[in-house]
Amino acid sequence: MKQKPIARFEKVLKKFGDNVVLNEFDFEVYPGEKVVLMGPSGSGKTTVLRILMTLEDIQDGVVYIEEELLWHEQKHGKRVAASNAHLRKMRKKVGMVFQLFNLFPNMSVLRNITEAPIHVLKIPRKEAIKRAEDLLEMVGMTAQKNMHPAQLSGGQQQRVAIARALAMRPKIILFDEPTSALDPEMVGSVLDVMRKLADEHDLTMLVVTHEMGFAQDVADRVCMFDHGRIIEAGTPQEIFTTPKEERTRQFLNSVINREDTVTAPTVQPDRDK
Amino acid sequence: MLFNIPWNLSSNWTFAWSILPILLIGLEVTIKATIFGFLLALILGLPLALLRAVPFRIISWPTAVLIEFIRDTPLLVQVYFVYYVLPDYGLIFSAFLTGTIALGIQYSAYTAEVYRAGLEAIPQGQWEAAKALSLQTRRIYRDIVIPQAIPRIVPAMGNYLISIIKDTPILSAVTVLEVLNVAKIIGDRTFRYLIPLSMVGGLFLILTVISSVLVRYIERRLPKEGIPLK
Amino acid sequence: MTYTQMILVLLNGFKVTVWVTLISTVMGGIFSFAFGIGKMSRFWPVRIISDGYIEIFRGTSLLVQLFWLFYALPLLGVSLSPMSAGIWALSLNIGAYGAEVVRGAILAVDTGQYEAAKALNFTPSRTLWKVLIPQAVVEMMPPFGNLVVQNMKDSALVSLITLSDLTFKAQTIRNETLQTVPIYVITLLLYFLLALVLTGIMKWLERILTTASGREGVR
Ligand SMILES: Nc1ncnc2c1ncn2[C@@H]1O[C@H](COP(=O)(O)OP(=O)(O)OP(=O)(O)O)[C@@H](O)[C@H]1O
Ligand SMILES: [Mg+2]
Repeated sequence: MKQKPIARFEKVLKKFGDNVVLNEFDFEVYPGEKVVLMGPSGSGKTTVLRILMTLEDIQDGVVYIEEELLWHEQKHGKRVAASNAHLRKMRKKVGMVFQLFNLFPNMSVLRNITEAPIHVLKIPRKEAIKRAEDLLEMVGMTAQKNMHPAQLSGGQQQRVAIARALAMRPKIILFDEPTSALDPEMVGSVLDVMRKLADEHDLTMLVVTHEMGFAQDVADRVCMFDHGRIIEAGTPQEIFTTPKEERTRQFLNSVINREDTVTAPTVQPDRDK
Repeated sequence: MLFNIPWNLSSNWTFAWSILPILLIGLEVTIKATIFGFLLALILGLPLALLRAVPFRIISWPTAVLIEFIRDTPLLVQVYFVYYVLPDYGLIFSAFLTGTIALGIQYSAYTAEVYRAGLEAIPQGQWEAAKALSLQTRRIYRDIVIPQAIPRIVPAMGNYLISIIKDTPILSAVTVLEVLNVAKIIGDRTFRYLIPLSMVGGLFLILTVISSVLVRYIERRLPKEGIPLK
Repeated sequence: MTYTQMILVLLNGFKVTVWVTLISTVMGGIFSFAFGIGKMSRFWPVRIISDGYIEIFRGTSLLVQLFWLFYALPLLGVSLSPMSAGIWALSLNIGAYGAEVVRGAILAVDTGQYEAAKALNFTPSRTLWKVLIPQAVVEMMPPFGNLVVQNMKDSALVSLITLSDLTFKAQTIRNETLQTVPIYVITLLLYFLLALVLTGIMKWLERILTTASGREGVR
């Protein structure tokens, strides 16, 4: 797939105070690609997603989305820091699903999904509701559309959060450990939704997860993170069965030993009902 | 008397300068009333807190109502009450002392709650450990409970100290010559309220800023794990 | 003076106390939101003004503020009636305390909420009004409850600028009759009663808002 990348990091520097998290970081994601990021805690996976979602700025280098500068703008031939208007425009192309769902507890499930399409994208209310209902059907949450988030289980909340992100029709959707805050018996239903999404849409997906079963089924490419760089990348087959790097092997072992029950790819739908 | 010194009305600045000395005399009364009122509140709050914590409802419940009653009624009316009622029973105090007593009573309702919260915040395990070591009740309090409660209590008490500063002008209602009353009288006599009243505002601002800096400083110096009494 | 006469006179003043308390509480609530949000504004002049207001009204005494509005302000060309001076002083004063409550509660909302709103491209004002404030109001209610009672107690000070509220009436008939004890006992009880009613109302509001904000889950 040697088309133009949909997202591209070029020599990106990101630090928190003195703590350098990304240095000279290069990374590309292509349209329609499903990329899984793995790696030890603190290695910078979340930071990569948050930079793309414009929740975290960068100190040096450039980030492109669809060949357009994300954190910068061209003004009079010079490259300057992006304005709020530019960031708002670029943000429309990206969607994100959070580890802790972050649904709005003061809104019903349906309103969580329709609020942004109606008020940000300015699409007619009727159409937004139709869109939301279709998405709720896809994630299997139609029956709960008038409930409030606090009335739902974690797995159900995360499926609503996925529908909420999809309702904005982003070009690329980011998942930050979407199942790691869930009770084990609820992980399956969320992964099922994500599988379905990967199969039926040519949406670009960038997923931080340690679910090897899911990565095996879905990923075009698995990237191993360590200390802010990608130490190894390849198909799930290559990474999981014949890892070249010692650090990769160690990490995979630790994941398998820690949570061997969760990695099993066999699931039934809606286990957490 | 206090107001016999001549004020210079030739310009705003000279006027301000000429009344500053008597305002400062008033400020001294303000500070004294604050300190005595605060100390009284610290003392009166303790028995209230203890009675409130007694395991017999015939005692704890009326105490709770009394605390709520004191908290929920205006300081000004309490000041009048003390000022006009006590003399009927032969207790004649100066206006200053009357006002200070009222301040102490009003704020004892707040300090009582602070004491209670401070004691309740000590984990049950600490009590049990102390009992397991069969320490005497007195020693449990002196060596374990009180040292741990103090760092929790001090910040809240500090905030009430600052509140008391801001409530002392209410004593002017019963003729106490604290700083606001002094400024008001100067205003009444010269018909120039703007300068003395604005100066009093500035003095209060300085006073509250200094006290909050002081309170935060003490708060930071207190070890979180408790202070040994010996 | 019979007790009935006494109570009737005091009730007349009580009406004024209730009225002053209600109006100044509502106005104080408006100031709380305006300046509490203003202190977090992106525009520095708004921030400075809000911060200055909060510091001045929290740092000085209510009675000083009341006297300033009543006695000093006319010298700058603005004369207020005792009623308006009282209401303005009370509401500006309580609003400064309320502003800190509003700000604290908004800042206490989980940052994940703010980030989710940003990821969905909400404007800052939509994020504030539709996401952060609906969740923060529940946290504001207990401290607001204390402030409402505080404001009611503070309202007694308007008697010192000749407004005939409950305290003022109590003073007047005490001077006429010297029946000190019954007058002040009834007065204190009336204030206590009002405090209980106001506390009850605030608790009820808190319950309503808790339900409306979706906090009560079945789970
Ligand atoms: N807001 C922040 N302020 C300061 N340091 C931060 C912040 N966010 C992240 N970091 C630091 O950046 C580094 C990378 O963090 P990041 O969250 O990207 O790691 P991660 O790979 O997602 O880890 P995990 O698996 O634990 O989620 C860590 O050292 C972390 O301490
Ligand atoms: Mg992370």
